[in-house]
Amino acid sequence: MTAPLIELRGITRLYGSGEALVRALDGVDLTISRGEFVAIMGPSGSGKSTAMNIIGCLDRPSSGNYLFNGVEVATLDQDQRALLRRHYLGFVFQGFNLLPRTTALENVELPLIYKGQPKAERVARARQALARVGLDGREDHTPAQLSGGQQQRVAIARALAGEPMVMLADEPTGNLDTRRSVEIMELLQQLNRDAGLTIVMVTHEEDMAAYAGRLVVFTDGKVVRDVPTRAKGT
Amino acid sequence: MLLETIRLALTAIIRNALRSFLTVLGVVIGVAAVIAMVTVGQGSSEQVSANVEALGTNMLILRPGTRMMGPGARNTAPAFRLADIQALQDLDSLSSVAPVVSTSETAVFGNTNRTTSVTGTTSAYLDIGGWQIARGRGFTPAEDRSGANVCIIGETVRTALFGATDPTGEKIRIKAISCEVIGLLVAKGAGSFGQDQDDMVIMPVRTVQRRLLGSQDVASVMVQVAPGRSSERAMSDIQTLMRDRRHIAPGQEDNFAVNDMKELASMLNSVNSVLTGLLSSVAAVSLLVGGIGIMNIMLVSVTERTREIGIRLSVGAQASQVLMQFLVEAVVLSVLGGIVGILAGLGLAFVAAQIMAIPFSPSPGVVALAFGFSAVVGMVFGYFPARAAARLDPIEALRHQ
Repeated sequence: MTAPLIELRGITRLYGSGEALVRALDGVDLTISRGEFVAIMGPSGSGKSTAMNIIGCLDRPSSGNYLFNGVEVATLDQDQRALLRRHYLGFVFQGFNLLPRTTALENVELPLIYKGQPKAERVARARQALARVGLDGREDHTPAQLSGGQQQRVAIARALAGEPMVMLADEPTGNLDTRRSVEIMELLQQLNRDAGLTIVMVTHEEDMAAYAGRLVVFTDGKVVRDVPTRAKGT
Repeated sequence: MLLETIRLALTAIIRNALRSFLTVLGVVIGVAAVIAMVTVGQGSSEQVSANVEALGTNMLILRPGTRMMGPGARNTAPAFRLADIQALQDLDSLSSVAPVVSTSETAVFGNTNRTTSVTGTTSAYLDIGGWQIARGRGFTPAEDRSGANVCIIGETVRTALFGATDPTGEKIRIKAISCEVIGLLVAKGAGSFGQDQDDMVIMPVRTVQRRLLGSQDVASVMVQVAPGRSSERAMSDIQTLMRDRRHIAPGQEDNFAVNDMKELASMLNSVNSVLTGLLSSVAAVSLLVGGIGIMNIMLVSVTERTREIGIRLSVGAQASQVLMQFLVEAVVLSVLGGIVGILAGLGLAFVAAQIMAIPFSPSPGVVALAFGFSAVVGMVFGYFPARAAARLDPIEALRHQ
């Protein structure tokens, strides 16, 4: 019933050349459907981050096909990929990556500026997104005035504000203690269930991967395991 | 989007107010220096023009002696006579002719006295020199001819001898003559060379010749070119007439010289503009240095804000938008610096104009030029750092600590 939203076919990504040639991805096939919550795991150097960058259109594969919503995007140039990120993708990073000395509201507004929305609409949407992550009342706080968990919520709100088709989370709990991590995972799970948001998350913690509905494990640039999980909280 | 980008740039600049100020300090100083130099230069050349105007327009001065006299050369040329003045008055190309003899004497009134310059001339002198009578009257034609014991005094002499009281009708003593003050001149202030133009007493030429100098010589002649006649034409008419009257054989050098006040004025002005140009170009170099300062700080800023650039790229900013953001920031910064510099420069020039007693004459053209130049500085020196920012790889930029 659900058409594949993300379809990687025979994706390879090579770095360097000759003796120093590194195959970061070596023929990856991966299909993710709308509404899925996928956790990607694997040891460092397994290619999970490279796969994430390619899915997020921050990087281009050396060969293979990447169909996003049925459209070939592997060959798009830098500006076209920027447009794709602007309209369809939302990012959450391990290090939060909020603009310093900038209020939560302004941080969340950022993607909307590039979408060309007028100020009033931006503010309304950003407030709404902050409310969805439980940060109403903190709009005027700068990152320095917020805890790590709150900063990550701002980052999630920023990813949500642009109403993306996919949220890409790269080790979203890597910088948080267990309690905050659980809170963040519950938030992501809730967004996935209630709003049907497709989420792809890289993590190295099994506990966190357990919140997703599907687990994909990378080793040496290949997908070695792809199984449904018995998601926590169900 | 551009408006948004400018607002963004302003926010970034205000967030780093101190650093922004230090960044543009070079541009501020450069623009201020250029504006101050040019404005002061403009004012002083206006002052020179005004002084020449005050001396009288289209005025020529006729002096005995060759035009070029080397050091140590004795002026053996004969002086002019009043008969020469008569002959000059008959030339069509001249509207007024005034003989000038002068000496330095002490003027005494009651128990006050002042050593001043005494000029013997006719009423034509007042017209040519652009002098106006503040009180009393000028010489009558009879007084011009006869050598009456009357005088017109300048403001400085009046203040020294009479204070603030009305001097007309009073008698002052100069050497052995007692002469009646018939007029007071309107003050002119300092001349082109800083001399006090109001420190003088004017008497009929014959009075000074007979009673003070004991000579019939006329030291120099001031003439005014008739309206609509060129001063070149007037000069050649005077030359022809005087060569004839002074019996100079063809091929022989003139033993008199005709000088045009306009020449003097243009010489002073050209010295002035060379100086202004020189100082302005030094100031322009500091603008260039200011631009390099902006480039330097913008490059540092790009490195510092690598993560920010990564974030912007990840949420969908295109390279051209990042380029535009940094370029606009550099331009806004240097334009702000330009505005501050223009205000500071005008302020400096205003203070300098007060101190130097010259007119304060800001030139809109120069202000516009300085403004445009600071925008160009921002664009040129902002482009390189902005391009560096736009070329960042989003993955690398996000990983940057």
